[in-house]
Amino acid sequence: MKILVPVKRVIDYNVKPRVKMDGTGVDLTNVKMSMNPFDEIAVEEAIRLKEKGAASEIVAVSVGPQKAQDTLRTALAMGTDRAILIQTDEEVEPLAVAKLLKAVMDEEQPGIVLLGKQAIDDDSNQTGQMLAALSGRPQGTFASKVEVKGDKVEVTREVDGGLETVSLTLPAIVTTDLRLNEPRYASLPNIMKARTKPMANKTPADYGVDIAPRLTTLKVEEPAKRQAGVKLGSVDELVAKLKDLGVAK
Amino acid sequence: MSVLVLIEHEAGVPKDASLSTVTAAQKLGEVHALVAGSGAEARQAADAAAKIAGVAKVLLADDAAYTNMLAENVAPLVVDLAGGYDAILFNATSIGKNVAPRVAAMLDVMQVSDVLSIESADTFTRPIYAGNAIATVKSSDARKVLTVRGTAFPKAAATGGSASVESVSGKGDAGLSSFVGAEVSKSERPELTSAKVVVSGGRALGSSEDFHRVIDPLADKLGAAVGASRAAVDAGYAPNDYQVGQTGKIVAPEVYVAIGISGAIQHLAGMKDSKTIVAINKDEDAPIFQVADLGLVGDLFQIVPELTAKL
Repeated sequence: MKILVPVKRVIDYNVKPRVKMDGTGVDLTNVKMSMNPFDEIAVEEAIRLKEKGAASEIVAVSVGPQKAQDTLRTALAMGTDRAILIQTDEEVEPLAVAKLLKAVMDEEQPGIVLLGKQAIDDDSNQTGQMLAALSGRPQGTFASKVEVKGDKVEVTREVDGGLETVSLTLPAIVTTDLRLNEPRYASLPNIMKARTKPMANKTPADYGVDIAPRLTTLKVEEPAKRQAGVKLGSVDELVAKLKDLGVAK
Repeated sequence: MSVLVLIEHEAGVPKDASLSTVTAAQKLGEVHALVAGSGAEARQAADAAAKIAGVAKVLLADDAAYTNMLAENVAPLVVDLAGGYDAILFNATSIGKNVAPRVAAMLDVMQVSDVLSIESADTFTRPIYAGNAIATVKSSDARKVLTVRGTAFPKAAATGGSASVESVSGKGDAGLSSFVGAEVSKSERPELTSAKVVVSGGRALGSSEDFHRVIDPLADKLGAAVGASRAAVDAGYAPNDYQVGQTGKIVAPEVYVAIGISGAIQHLAGMKDSKTIVAINKDEDAPIFQVADLGLVGDLFQIVPELTAKL
């Protein structure tokens, strides 16, 4: 079984995003970029499935600028077998990404597509579900456990009330949540080896997909700031305040 | 303009988040509520949805295939009904986030996630970068598919309406997925996202035992739900469904008490819309104090038991 792992190049999760003065977006010049953390978890899970013998080949794919090559190289260094870059400098919305991934799915015929539940830049949480819809396949979103069982995959999902397990007929789309695993670091020899692994270069036009955006961002602002309040001197003062608020008797 | 809202329900009662989504939907047009489920509970939920103020009509889809809200089964039902609506709204909950994009893609619509405000029929605000920025976006799709952040809209009154209930049928089981089981956290306490008071603990609690020993009695005294920071959850002090933050639950209670939580951006994104924030932390420079209305600097292991005793 082949696993397809879509990965996105995003602002590093340790960097505090700064809104541009002109309100057109978030300033990404000279900002450290990394693989979307949820996608890193997806890469790790795919590798573990391969190590367990449930998968034979892992293909990483990214839609983005030329620099997204670095993100794909990271995936290759972690242990994926080959990579596909669908290169564009345009901002590609989840719906268009899903259409591109559907085209890749048609070519590659993976048994599982494993990807992050959301990217930490636009926080849309849509691509996996949209890909599942377009390909007419089932979806296991927000996964905290993934088990391949014959022609099915069992996915334990993080839901609002706790956990829920669903069984999906393969091929299936699985999106990862934070607690699924802890991604490995790529070792130096593997980073060297990754340089020689194959990476195909494509464009959205190669797949005949229209990536024109449907949403226009009118402005981007900083959220309203809260004013810092007062520091109290004692527990008694806090008790009095809580009584004033009507939450304590 | 008419709007379809997928109502989430539990034990025959529409969830609070759906009441907020009804409020959001009213800003766009006449609200029809879709209740999908099976048996007596679904019928009960539909009758309850008919009483929600502002709901003009309820559509009830009663089929065993909808019992567990599997996206593979529910999305085609919504898509079949979509023709009559200009917008389809979901809660930004684990169910809404799962189903909505599947619906959107089937309709060839680019969804707007986590809507915070409705500026006009096609313009919405939503958080990006873990709530570090708020984007105003305009949709060019003829039909809108939105998920709505519950804490951003007041809840519609659960009574006062008198809508009719109409039965609809969908394709039922798509045959792609099945429900295996659930582990639902049982608690006597109020539900985290709808509680009036939330008491949350952070990494400073140090262990699972101390987390429950210190946090639980205070929560019980205040009739509060218990939350936790991601750091506390990652350290294993509290289960994941306690997690408040960008990667957990978004809460906006009347009073939020943050205990031993430093105030990482990730956490603030999940609670900064609370009406009053109380912070107890030994580090007076902790970022949590920059957003707290009431702060108390000191050792939580002394302060919290004392507070609990004096309440």
